[in-house]
Amino acid sequence: MREQLPALIIIAPLLVALIAPLISCVSTKALRVVVIGTLLVSCMSALSVLIRVLSEGTFHYQFGGWAPPWGIEYVLDPLSSGIATLISFISLVVIIYSGPFFNGETKLRSGIIHALYCLLTTGLMGMVLTGDIFNLYVFLEISSLSAYALIASGGYKATVAAFRYLLIGTVGASFYLLGIGYLYAVTGTLNMADLVQKLQPLMDSPVIFTAVAMLVAGMGIKMALFPMHGWLPDSYTYAPPPVTAFISGVMTKVSAYVLFRFFFYIFGAASGPVSAALNIIGWAAAIGIIFGSVMAITQTDFRRMLAYSSIAQIGYIILGLAIGNTFALIGAILHFLNHAVMKSCLFLVAGGVKWKTGEHAIEKYAELSRRMPLTMGAFLIAALSMVGLPPTAGFFSKWYLVLGAMETGMWPYIIVIIISSLLNAVYFFRVIEHVYMKKATPEMKIPEKGGELPVAMLVPIVVLGAGILIIGILNEPIATQILQYALPGGTH
Amino acid sequence: MKELLSQHVIYWLIITLFMIGLFGMVYKNNLVKKLMAMNIMQVAVIIFFLVLGQKAGGTIPIEIHGLEGIENYINPLPHALMLTAIVVSLATTGVALAFLLFIERRYGALEEDEMLRRMNQ
Repeated sequence: MREQLPALIIIAPLLVALIAPLISCVSTKALRVVVIGTLLVSCMSALSVLIRVLSEGTFHYQFGGWAPPWGIEYVLDPLSSGIATLISFISLVVIIYSGPFFNGETKLRSGIIHALYCLLTTGLMGMVLTGDIFNLYVFLEISSLSAYALIASGGYKATVAAFRYLLIGTVGASFYLLGIGYLYAVTGTLNMADLVQKLQPLMDSPVIFTAVAMLVAGMGIKMALFPMHGWLPDSYTYAPPPVTAFISGVMTKVSAYVLFRFFFYIFGAASGPVSAALNIIGWAAAIGIIFGSVMAITQTDFRRMLAYSSIAQIGYIILGLAIGNTFALIGAILHFLNHAVMKSCLFLVAGGVKWKTGEHAIEKYAELSRRMPLTMGAFLIAALSMVGLPPTAGFFSKWYLVLGAMETGMWPYIIVIIISSLLNAVYFFRVIEHVYMKKATPEMKIPEKGGELPVAMLVPIVVLGAGILIIGILNEPIATQILQYALPGGTH
Repeated sequence: MKELLSQHVIYWLIITLFMIGLFGMVYKNNLVKKLMAMNIMQVAVIIFFLVLGQKAGGTIPIEIHGLEGIENYINPLPHALMLTAIVVSLATTGVALAFLLFIERRYGALEEDEMLRRMNQ
């Protein structure tokens, strides 16, 4: 049983995705229980695998007993199992939150939405765990297709946004496919560990250069790296709130993880084409950080502001990869974790306010602190963490990034990080001001139901809000006990 | 001549096809045409992989009695991979067509500028 746990992480949500519409026809309550139970199983097995990997070292799981490089293997190292744990945890938290949102849906619609949600989780975790680059493409498309459909379930405008995302996302996936085509053409293998061996003598060939360029283009589109971010704001704004919370939390970051895996584990960051590519995406990320923050300031819609802020935040992770020393990589992975928790929390709060008052405009947030104190408390923690005030988690990832940049003398990146923190402060304090200080005008709609959100929605928000503080306080053990082993060459 | 065709011309054709697809997705106004351009681009990638598996004088990768040695058979792996990619392409097209039906029903137009105008009204 213990040997089979890694398969369970992926297969449990995949199976439930298949039968979800059928269960839904019987009873929607039963469906919710089954889906939450499955994601809990998935989360628990990911966690137990992570604990095991930390004590016993990297573990390979061969599907169907076929040995690599011919068979498909799953590689469970501290990095991949850690991120799989994070994905399944966010997925679990968001599905609990989504209960009141999907209450009014018909049986069929509810079944299909839950099925797509499970498929999205499967796809993202598969991308993280797989050790085969074509298998990664398949999981990429599974997660993308279910994300398109989930976004489109938000209404007509969401459908238009999802259609655009589909076109652009398919271009990204095609670039990725071309990239692995080049790698396959020169090495004849699709297995990551095998590629590492076979690529070493070839690193200076133009084919590898082309492959790296294709991978950057493909994954750049998928992670909304500036200037390939065009699909993101509309998709995040119009998608149903639980979907946005999950997608914004982990989906773009999984693409960043794929780039990390390719650059630092397969090619090796020091080689010619990769260091050039890292330099370019580093600058793109730096511009994206400033651009996203400035655009976020100009928004009046809270969700749209968060969407632009996501474009900026993915830049921090890429910046960490571009700097590339130990501090910066710890900062990048820590920011991966932090941003997943705080952005999901913020989108859950935005969804909760919409559910309660039907409003998304920031100016309608006045006096919410008195009506929803717990929700807004979580919002305050998440917002301060986005700005980067200690002891919230957001401070420490920026701190590691700045330390890394100082070590290599990349001063422009430090300036970018500081300016962007100030800009973050501008747009988040504007919202905080509305929530805590502004008086509500009489014509503003006061919800009849009043008071806090229902427990099913409140608990996930508070858990994530508390999570930000916990990660912030425990940042040192996290960095030394887990993240250190997650770096390339750091496995024991 | 054969060498020129199999080593160079075919790759330029694939690049051209890929670029036609990208061009169509950017410049065409009609959403269905955009979708068709996306399919053209995917087909270019599929042909690229099939060319990788091709061998001059190779036959289908099913063992024929009396014909031994790998040089007599084409590489089946790219074909197997592309079967998956074709299925993905089919699914993507299906989802996109469903979106277009939905958009057409609501806005009554599939020309992008017309649709955006009605959406923002």
